[in-house]
Amino acid sequence: MSPFRLHNPSKMAAPRASLRLVAPVWNRGTSGIRGLSKAVDPEGSQKKGRTLLQFLTDHFYDVEAVREYLLRKQVLKVQKKNRSFTYIKERYGPYVAGAYFVLKQGGAVKFRDREWMRANEQGLSSLEFRKLQEVPVEAVDASGCAINYQGLDNLLALKELQSLSLRRCPHVDDWCLGRLYQLADSLQELSLAGCPRISERGLACLHHLQNLRRLDISDLPAVSNPGLTQILVEEMLPHCEVLGADWAQGLKVGPEEQSRDAASSPIPAWPSAPPHQARSLPGCAERPTAHPSGSVGLTQLGGSGWGEGRRA
Amino acid sequence: MSCTANWDGKVSEIKKKIQSIFPGGAWNPLYDTSHLPPERSDVVIVGGGVLGLSVAYWLKRLEKQQGAIRVLVVERDHTYARASTVLSVGGIRQQFSLPQNVQLSLFSAEFLRNINEYLAVVDDPPLDLQFNPSGYLLLASEEGAAIMERNVKMQRQEGAKVCLMSPEQLQKKFPWINTEGVALASYGLENEGWFDPWCLLQGLRRKLQSMGVLFCQGEVTRFISSSSHMETASGEQLTLKRIHEVHVKMDHSQEFQPVECAIVVNAAGAWSGQIAELAGVGNGPPGTMQGTKLPVEPRKRYVYLWHCPQGPGLEAPLVADPSGAYFRREGLGNNYVGSCSPTEEEEPDPGNLEVDYDFFQEKVWPRLAQRVPAFETLKVRSAWAGYYDYNTFDQNGVVGPHPLVVNMYFATGFSGHGLQQAPAVGRAVAEMVLEGHFQTINLSPFLFSRFYFGEKAQEHCIL
Repeated sequence: MSPFRLHNPSKMAAPRASLRLVAPVWNRGTSGIRGLSKAVDPEGSQKKGRTLLQFLTDHFYDVEAVREYLLRKQVLKVQKKNRSFTYIKERYGPYVAGAYFVLKQGGAVKFRDREWMRANEQGLSSLEFRKLQEVPVEAVDASGCAINYQGLDNLLALKELQSLSLRRCPHVDDWCLGRLYQLADSLQELSLAGCPRISERGLACLHHLQNLRRLDISDLPAVSNPGLTQILVEEMLPHCEVLGADWAQGLKVGPEEQSRDAASSPIPAWPSAPPHQARSLPGCAERPTAHPSGSVGLTQLGGSGWGEGRRA
Repeated sequence: MSCTANWDGKVSEIKKKIQSIFPGGAWNPLYDTSHLPPERSDVVIVGGGVLGLSVAYWLKRLEKQQGAIRVLVVERDHTYARASTVLSVGGIRQQFSLPQNVQLSLFSAEFLRNINEYLAVVDDPPLDLQFNPSGYLLLASEEGAAIMERNVKMQRQEGAKVCLMSPEQLQKKFPWINTEGVALASYGLENEGWFDPWCLLQGLRRKLQSMGVLFCQGEVTRFISSSSHMETASGEQLTLKRIHEVHVKMDHSQEFQPVECAIVVNAAGAWSGQIAELAGVGNGPPGTMQGTKLPVEPRKRYVYLWHCPQGPGLEAPLVADPSGAYFRREGLGNNYVGSCSPTEEEEPDPGNLEVDYDFFQEKVWPRLAQRVPAFETLKVRSAWAGYYDYNTFDQNGVVGPHPLVVNMYFATGFSGHGLQQAPAVGRAVAEMVLEGHFQTINLSPFLFSRFYFGEKAQEHCIL
């Protein structure tokens, strides 16, 4: 390929304009099944936000190739961090391998009857690991770590894990949640707060975790309707305490509810919830399992025709 | 005399130049031909649905040198109004009865999981497939229980994560199911669920444009081919055909462009049978390889969307009843999508995509309500219909070259599970085109020649 080739015809010519279909509607709440996907940017923003780099990429093959290479390198970096440590697994067992993986990523690990361990500046000394071969790992704090689907293999081998924190992990997505059923026997506490890629679809597969007692799903930007999702997750996991958005968030209060709001007293915040998540459930004194959805002025649920269409 | 050297060559050049001035030729001083496809392309893919785009993607990805192969995708309708891809329910599962199908689905799941690595385009936002990892729950009655157990054993050997459940376990896990008549259930735990096929299609188109694949809106009306007569070792006369040109007719006009090509890929979905006929597949006395037609025809299937306030919760997988009815959740608002495949006698007329709501009342609703009592009270919101590219022979895909029309490759006939196998099938066809044999997944049971030899690769678990 000549390094001086200009004018990338596939970018310049008509195909890009003529084949772009109708710009999708940015509809956060209720996109229809056959609605256009939210994946592709509208044409307008692409034209306005053009930077020099984008212009060069569109016109020169070489700039595009270099940028693709850099993108690829970033992806490979994450994959390298999530490789499986087979040697350590064979030598020291799955608990130590999982712990090593978490510590290498920058997280913290708690073995049974020990204190929390983090990687220190000198690195991970192998001396301690020899003593910990048979000791199961009870809690893992992988907040902010670059764990992805592959790396989760190491965590899923920890069969006695009771508490897992995946706060703000940028690569944990719905597919990863689909694998957590393997920890169903032991997992009691799970925190997914702040993960940018988790949506309500991934939360649906947490129903396998029947021993879960605490679940934190606050601050998930990809969840389209946090209040409704919270209700549905609470129904799905009846024995679990679900921390998340205020379930009335995102709903418009009906006129008859505004006076009720002023009268009822708010519930005190859960002890470990972060300050901005203070809960107040209007009209409810405790956590009911059946929600009085008929009484609150819900304006966002897609319900209609309650009880209509009975079978003849 | 050196000036008369290569006289014949010069004459034929002049002849070609004169011919190019006539309609259909390349010379165009008077009018704009930018809407026409190019005159020459190495591979022409007939059909721009998910299978065609997948073949194009893997051809460009597996080519030995960057820019070595010129690929043209010909799609009749750029709005995809009748394409099976976008009208699909969008499920992906590994619970099949053939090991090849399980392998295809497993690779496709891995492709979808890493879609932002495979289809990454610089400066474009990452794709969100809206994947629901909720799994499939297939229910079996007494007769089907032994077959289901055998299938699950095979699926687990291939690497799928499927578990078997007894009726008691089923009742405990999903209390809204009525387990009467259910002897066994198989539940997919990982890599199964449903996603947005439109997003996959857009992602593929975007990536293909950046890789330099040419798109054209037009209809394939004719193949120009040359034949040669051969005799087999047993003395049988065969006619081998080779396609040289594809005539692509433009929309709303008589204008057409002959595209010279080396390879044609038939990924026309429900209309693959017509394309195959155009290429001369099946022109011959019945009972011979010449006379074996491509047994793919369009079959209309309905999909209904309803709302049920007390229906199954967020944990509901895609449930498939032994009677053939299936449903899944859609979104957060207690909406459900589902349908049932009609029997041979009830097959609707595939001439149009009109929806028959009586079919829901009589066939789908009773079965669903029997399985999930909460569905006794529901309200149908809307419905649509789409085509299956139905393989009447054994309901499995046709992949690979035709034995007699030597440069036509098939990637069609998947009868309702084409979308979920598209990435893997695209790779298989690309391997066949570039290397001559399947390299990663062996799809020899899916070759065209099985129609002549009568070797069915029957898929039993179709929805």
